[in-house]
Amino acid sequence: MCPAVWPCLGHGGLSNPVIGNINLPKWGVNMDMPTPDARVLARKARIVACLQQVLPQDAVIHEVAETRAYECDALTAYRCAPMAVVLPACTQEVSEVLKICHREGVPVVPRGSGTSLAGGALPTEDCVILGVARMNAVLETDYDNRVIRVQSGRTNLSVTGAVEPEDFFYAPDPSSQLACAIAGNIAMNSGGAHCLKYGVTTNNLLGVTMVLMDGTVIEIGGAHLDAGGLDLLGLICGSEGQLGVVTEATLRILRKPEGARPVLMGFDDPEVAGACVSDIIRAGVLPVAIEFMDRLCIRTSDNFANAGYPDCEALLIVEVEGSEAEIDAQLAQIVDIARRHDPVELRESRSPEESARIWLGRKSAFGAIGQINDYMCLDGTIPVSELPMVLRRIGELGREFGLQVGNVFHAGDGNMHPLILFDANLPGDLEKCEALGAEILKLCVDAGGCLTGEHGVGIEKRDLMWHQYTPADLEAQMAVKDVFDPSWLLNPAKVFPLDASESRRGSKRAAELVGDARA
Amino acid sequence: MDIAQTESEMAACVAGASGPVAIRGGGTRGLVLPGEVLTTSGLVGVQLYEPGALTLVASAGTPVAEIETLLAAENQQLAFEPMDHRALLGTSGAPTIGGVVAANVSGPRRIQAGACRDFMLGVRYVDGTGAVIKNGGRVMKNVTGYDLVRLMGGSWGTLGVLTQVSLKVLPRPQAQATLCVPDCDMAQAVKTMSVALGSPFEITGAAYVTDRAEVLLRIEGFSGSVAYRTGRLIDLLDRLGAVELRAEGAASGAIWKAIRDVEAFAGQPGDVWRVSIKPSDAPLIAPRLKADALLLDWGGGMIWARVPAGTDLRARIGQMSGHATLVRADPETRARLGMFHPQPAPLATISAGLRARFDPRGIFNTGLMDRHQPLGV
Repeated sequence: MCPAVWPCLGHGGLSNPVIGNINLPKWGVNMDMPTPDARVLARKARIVACLQQVLPQDAVIHEVAETRAYECDALTAYRCAPMAVVLPACTQEVSEVLKICHREGVPVVPRGSGTSLAGGALPTEDCVILGVARMNAVLETDYDNRVIRVQSGRTNLSVTGAVEPEDFFYAPDPSSQLACAIAGNIAMNSGGAHCLKYGVTTNNLLGVTMVLMDGTVIEIGGAHLDAGGLDLLGLICGSEGQLGVVTEATLRILRKPEGARPVLMGFDDPEVAGACVSDIIRAGVLPVAIEFMDRLCIRTSDNFANAGYPDCEALLIVEVEGSEAEIDAQLAQIVDIARRHDPVELRESRSPEESARIWLGRKSAFGAIGQINDYMCLDGTIPVSELPMVLRRIGELGREFGLQVGNVFHAGDGNMHPLILFDANLPGDLEKCEALGAEILKLCVDAGGCLTGEHGVGIEKRDLMWHQYTPADLEAQMAVKDVFDPSWLLNPAKVFPLDASESRRGSKRAAELVGDARA
Repeated sequence: MDIAQTESEMAACVAGASGPVAIRGGGTRGLVLPGEVLTTSGLVGVQLYEPGALTLVASAGTPVAEIETLLAAENQQLAFEPMDHRALLGTSGAPTIGGVVAANVSGPRRIQAGACRDFMLGVRYVDGTGAVIKNGGRVMKNVTGYDLVRLMGGSWGTLGVLTQVSLKVLPRPQAQATLCVPDCDMAQAVKTMSVALGSPFEITGAAYVTDRAEVLLRIEGFSGSVAYRTGRLIDLLDRLGAVELRAEGAASGAIWKAIRDVEAFAGQPGDVWRVSIKPSDAPLIAPRLKADALLLDWGGGMIWARVPAGTDLRARIGQMSGHATLVRADPETRARLGMFHPQPAPLATISAGLRARFDPRGIFNTGLMDRHQPLGV
């Protein structure tokens, strides 16, 4: 649920950090990328020529000035122009591209719309970026079976846009939904504010057409509700573009509810707000969204958006759906529960205007924080019951590091979004911020949660995987990649700690290149 | 083989296995698999239940009934409504949560709430080498590494022995009602269910009982809301023909339990198949089955078919988008036809590759999902 992070980066002192084999000073957070393969770089001309044979001229980008447009995703502190960029228009073209890259031993980094906050689409110097942006067609809408089939480059919001005239919608709603592509949603198993009721991408994806690294096209699932055999669809969702390139997706669409309205509640104590969330859920109400903001975020976003938020320690926005009468009944029940927790404010929306005003501050929270500072947005998830402890500990850690942390998050499902404020122009501040971020994410894991709820691991949280998983756990995951992509060429330097994946990336690539040289 | 009482004992059992093992939960599926039986019956108990967080963590061998009782005390439930196979298959024993997860067992509410796999938050399992692996956890949103949680769901024990599962649970609806649209042929029935499922009134069950030619629709929630939506749905469907309120409360519950467990086929002769398809394909595919009895669930997307023993239903269907699973048959038929639909070559290769990695010796539930692959032991 957050738009671009670090909005001021790129204009400040870190505008042109070089990655690759150059180490930035770190507080134990390693964002390095593997050394580019000189043998691949040496064959750039030949590789580009091969790609140009299977794609239209304008679909292969290789001039250095132009490839720079793809040097980063929304984790803008880390940049590296790729060797080339391809923009195929269909499954067949994707297959041709991958066959070439497979044969030539070129790493491929798939890219949706480049909105990843975790560096999921960060290139390496020796890679080909495979962008799906030109594959944005709706292939089929089927209201009788409540599915839509789209090319994977289509943006999330425009999927809903395609079925809105019939009052249907596609449920996952990451806050980047105006820009983000379905391909990236599948890669990161994206969620959004409404997933408490509707689930995340994996719960709404019924089928894919996917191209494996060797060019093989596979079809999994379809318009039926359970794909046969092992749950490969579930495996692909959230695999960060490491198992294959999804080119088409069959998505579940739902009829829009008759209406929706929120209630806003303010509390003097975050722990009380947490208890209120728990009581609402226990009462059997299932809101579509429960959003939480702490004092820093309340004040910042209220100053920015003038939403009229109360001056308090914690704010909840709880939204329910249904007919007018159903909404009234649910809100009455929720308000009843909230009153038992002595709220400092209770504001039930009575109209679309009031609803918009309640949501206004929440929706502008990230932008508002960005106005006052650079910030880094985290994405750890915790058991809801650990909320008070985790909030307290985040405050303590922030003081230890001398950095402010604001908290905005999806309280219903425990998906936190701590925002660490820092100054990109102050030498060492980014590193300090990253180190604090790592401590907060470890805290989430120690509290029974995980490193990332919906943004993905990318490069950002790679090394922290050791904190959540044992070597055997990681080995089991990497074994999956061995099956789908034995040569480890698809987005190889992401998700897994580099030291864990090194033997796979290194030796196999080398062996392949030796084989290639002999041929 | 001794009954493992802990995860580490289970790991030792697997590591020490010298040949194929047949993993068994409650033994209610009537499967006979080669090798020594490895039961999860010693792995029982609920480790964590937080009603305010909608989260439950239990050992794999915990009986489903025990979990459902625990949840009911807090007005919660397993929303994916797992079926109880005992009556249909004529088996005994107690269904376990590990068995439900391993087979991704999902009932009528699958159309609205999701399948078992959609409620899985985390797993712990023992792989074929005897290593204990965890994936996921107990939180609702988690993209930390690959999602082996869903992979284990529905893998029928062929990738590992589940030792513990974490599940999302949901509030139990306060009220429910069942509407009936009588006198529908199959095409009308699927159209009616499609209209209902395409409405904003949150249908949680849509079935077609062919022998009575009636469509049944379930609505659940707070009582005022159920009354409202029932009324609106009757208005909506009235255009298509007569609609009546068939049952409410416990009587409605009984109707859907019967559909969930395919009670109509219990004790009746013949094999039972379950065919998963695009709902609108049902009127095209159902006649090809030439079944003795049919039951349509999931708005037409799930056909339960009872056919004479030994029938190769997949041959009768021919080309289809979807798959047919053999749920009840004698061992000879099971061996001849296989329980699961054969997969296209590239998918079968991937599945075989995964099995080879998770269970390198090929000892788990051999021949169940990999009948076209050579056995490893």
